Amino acid sequence: MTETSAPPEVSPARRDFIYYATAGTGAVAAGAATWPLINSMNPSADVAALASIEVDLEGIQVGTRVTVKWQGKPVFIDRRTEAQIALARADDTATDLIDPALDAERAERPEWLVVIGICTHLGCVPLGQDSGDPLGEWEGWYCPCHGSHYDTAGRIRKGPAPRNLDLPPYTFVTDTRLRIG
Amino acid sequence: MSGIPHDHYEPKTGFEKWLHQRLPVVGLAYDTLMIPTPKNLNWWWIWGIVLAFCLVLQIVTGIILVMHYTPNVDLAFASVEHIMRNVNGGYMLRYLHANGASLFFVAVYIHMFRGLFYGSYKAPREVTWIIGMLIYLMMMGTAFMGYVLPWGQMSFWGATVITGLFGAIPFIGEPIQTWLLGGPAVGNPTLNRFFSLHYLLPFVIAALVALHIWAFHTTGNSNPTGVEVRRGSKEEAEKDTLPFWPYFVIKDLFALSLILLIFFAIVGFMPNYLGHPDNYIEADPLMTPAFIVPEWYFLPFYAILRAFTADVWAVQFVSFITGGIVDAKFFGVLAMFGAIAVMAVAPWLDTSSVRSGQYRPMFRWWYRLLVIDFLVLMWVGARDTNFPHDWISLIGATYWFAYFLIILPLLGLIEKPETPPATIEEDFNAHYPGAAE
Repeated sequence: MTETSAPPEVSPARRDFIYYATAGTGAVAAGAATWPLINSMNPSADVAALASIEVDLEGIQVGTRVTVKWQGKPVFIDRRTEAQIALARADDTATDLIDPALDAERAERPEWLVVIGICTHLGCVPLGQDSGDPLGEWEGWYCPCHGSHYDTAGRIRKGPAPRNLDLPPYTFVTDTRLRIG
Repeated sequence: MSGIPHDHYEPKTGFEKWLHQRLPVVGLAYDTLMIPTPKNLNWWWIWGIVLAFCLVLQIVTGIILVMHYTPNVDLAFASVEHIMRNVNGGYMLRYLHANGASLFFVAVYIHMFRGLFYGSYKAPREVTWIIGMLIYLMMMGTAFMGYVLPWGQMSFWGATVITGLFGAIPFIGEPIQTWLLGGPAVGNPTLNRFFSLHYLLPFVIAALVALHIWAFHTTGNSNPTGVEVRRGSKEEAEKDTLPFWPYFVIKDLFALSLILLIFFAIVGFMPNYLGHPDNYIEADPLMTPAFIVPEWYFLPFYAILRAFTADVWAVQFVSFITGGIVDAKFFGVLAMFGAIAVMAVAPWLDTSSVRSGQYRPMFRWWYRLLVIDFLVLMWVGARDTNFPHDWISLIGATYWFAYFLIILPLLGLIEKPETPPATIEEDFNAHYPGAAE
């Protein structure tokens, strides 16, 4: 038996191409398969639909505060008295503000202060919403966790919190209806 | 490095031979159980069995608890009370599971500190050590998510604070946090996914445990002297070792029975000692507990997280050179994960030529200080952040990093170690003169 010819030449470039094409397709397929799994963990449609709520302001008396839940977080709605507004405005120019801001910038309508009720330090909910709660040295809110004091404009005045209480986006739909979000 | 020479499984009956040719699973079990083990192992080497027991305990009690638990924000708290009051023996199952987590962490900390003292992490056992660190990370994730499931106040606010850590990552933090929670705040999607992962991770841990055992069965166990078993021949190896079964199994089970005596005393008579009363109040997103404290096993790292406040010069320096990207909050998060990362790379930080701390006169003191440091951090992690607690946690955190990043590398260069015994047999005979023959 005579020696047959050598096995057919396999071009290295051709084999490499198949490797790279397979690996590339595999990587794309794996990525395409993984993304829906990851994305499914993002907020679902019903959670996203709750991104805004409407609050009826009719029953809220002057000088009282109510807490509503927006996106799982407490929002403080404070119908301020003239005295509280005056107190907040008087401190606009105070030199000891940790996070300087004007009261007029923080309350679109002076009577209504709307803030997210989460201490900007470590996320506790400050006290001051219920009658009898300690209000802190500036008559606003007091966080019992690490002793942050907020004034009647929700500004941080004393304690470890770095920022004023955050403001949620809100609009007055009518004079007695507030949309948060 | 091939394994220590020893007798292997020989199938005897016809059926054994038939099976062995098709699936040598009996041989695998035999070789695993009969692995030659250094005969000078002391009592610090029993915690591996305790850990294996804990994993089984948690999985078994967990599977039963899941049959009675409902992962929904409106029903979870009530379903746990249902387990406590209505399910036959349910309170016992739950207390075993809750305190089982504590026993698991007691065991893993002693196991890890044993490795740190006897240099078990050093070559050629780096892979065993790294896998162990992965298991430890998985354990922390599992324990954290499990603590959220009863949906008490501490569950909710602990989850809020810990997932808030991811929010501290610059730029991408908030989308990551929202993705983790499945919403803007901790809620039903969070509870459901934590439940799913809490059920999954123990099985990942079980797989990693198999790799952990495979790795150290390949290199052989470390031992108190750090001297390797002689591998020249089977006869030589047998002078240094005894088979795991029955010698070490019985010893370990004896120790386990004593530990379980204490464990069941706690489960039976003071099952809530390690818990927080606040977690018997149902989660309320509108009201924070006065003081948020993690479970005891997280406290050392929680203390490190809180130690680096904005007034620490190192934080200010890093904040300055990164243009404010790394602020105090993110620095704390990096420090907490870094504290575990430096432990994981200990095999490459320790430059000493001698493995065991028994023969390292200077190392011994620094190591003792590390143990004290760990306990102090655990203590201060449950305190408020006022003076002097802020200073104690800062000094404690600094020493933790200094031990791994400065002391371990330097000691190998400046320390003059004592001479370990030539063989394990010699060490064993010195301890048990009567048992020589």
